[in-house]
Amino acid sequence: MAETHFKHDHFAHCESGVMSLMLRHHGLDISEPMAFGLSTGLMFAYIPFVKLGGMPLIAYRNMPRGIIKGLQKNIGIRMKMHTFSNPEKGTEMLNSLLAQGKFVGAQTSVFWLPYFPPEMQFHFNGHNLIVYGREENEYLISDPVLENPVRCEISALQKARFVKGVMAPKGLLYYPEFVPAEIDFEKILPKVIRKNAKIMLKTPLPIAGVSGIRALARKIAKLKKKETRYASLFLGHIVRMQEEIGTGGAGFRFIYASFLQEAGTILDNSQLSESSQAMTAVGDGWRDFAMMIAKAIRNKKGEPIDFMAISNKLLSVASSEAEVYKRLMQI
Amino acid sequence: METSNVPQQDISTYSGNKKAMYATQKNGDYTVIASSGWSVEEAVTKQAIQELERLANTAYQSVVAGKFSPLYFHMYDQRMDLPTLAQSSGFFQWRVKRHFKPVIFQKLSTKILARYSDALGLDRDILCTIPEKRKQGNG
Repeated sequence: MAETHFKHDHFAHCESGVMSLMLRHHGLDISEPMAFGLSTGLMFAYIPFVKLGGMPLIAYRNMPRGIIKGLQKNIGIRMKMHTFSNPEKGTEMLNSLLAQGKFVGAQTSVFWLPYFPPEMQFHFNGHNLIVYGREENEYLISDPVLENPVRCEISALQKARFVKGVMAPKGLLYYPEFVPAEIDFEKILPKVIRKNAKIMLKTPLPIAGVSGIRALARKIAKLKKKETRYASLFLGHIVRMQEEIGTGGAGFRFIYASFLQEAGTILDNSQLSESSQAMTAVGDGWRDFAMMIAKAIRNKKGEPIDFMAISNKLLSVASSEAEVYKRLMQI
Repeated sequence: METSNVPQQDISTYSGNKKAMYATQKNGDYTVIASSGWSVEEAVTKQAIQELERLANTAYQSVVAGKFSPLYFHMYDQRMDLPTLAQSSGFFQWRVKRHFKPVIFQKLSTKILARYSDALGLDRDILCTIPEKRKQGNG
């Protein structure tokens, strides 16, 4: 039944993947990078006072649900969103939406998704997926970060939707109520690009945007005073947030570069195409930074970690990112 | 990053899965390519898992030694810490800490145990005991 209508695809990131696929099924064909860019999804935040598993929150994109909300605001889609205080009610609602033939977005915790590789099951509550059907006691699930559709028992999904704690999903379900037939790219693209650049350069908080990257670099330089195990875990944590959690490659910098390229083609704007290349170089810089850290923590000879070198590398990434945003502000 | 540089290192933490990555083709155009993983990501994921295992092993030993209740071990074994368990069970941290004491844990009501069972996804029998053997891997 539903399987015949629904076509799964593989994406780099869950929320942008869900939104791209969902809009595609409602007649608005936009790529994942386009969905990400249009929602002004790019971010950096280093929030030392919010801890996840004992480590500070480090994010390379905006808040969970930020892509959904950004798309509502910027391209005029309307999403119906439901949250629940009672898990059974949440499951009833999902079943009834599926019975109506809807494809439904859901927020879950990866720890409780049985089909996730065990080594990737952490208590992260911001994972998005699409439920596109039900067969007896199993849901048919399109998880954007997996190559193929999967199945999941009803009780297991209920558990994953109703964990409590930081970013608790509260059973969140969502689907589009209104999707415009087309987007006025000429008008919207320059606006969202400038806005995102402004967020990265001018958010008046020392922990957000480019200044957040610099704050993290300063923190790294101070790690030499800390216990070695903590310092090493802290560095590893930065790279996990960049490459493993959320993904997108190099903390979403490649997705954004892909978006800038697409925007450059649509608007026939060579400045955007050049900025895309510069952003790709920034992404490569983030990967070099990750590689330095991996070498430092894998180090078997027991040489001391060169925190200053790692910190300086990150400062140089911050400067090259800032240059790209300065250019994008002029678009 | 160019598609030819997208790592294909079949890393163990992906368990045979692949991730989609954005990379540039020879002509500079972006495309999506499936990656079997990068050793850098594997190193940091493994580091995190080993730390969780180390915490669970240490907790196991302290439960065996009678210093803590089984709840303390199961919290770490389910990859949680005190704030995470407190939030997911809905108890204040000081109460959870109290329940780490063996004497107090033994007297807990069915209702309270049910909340921990639910938060940790463990049957009551499992929650109230610890496994006979704990694998002493590289954790």
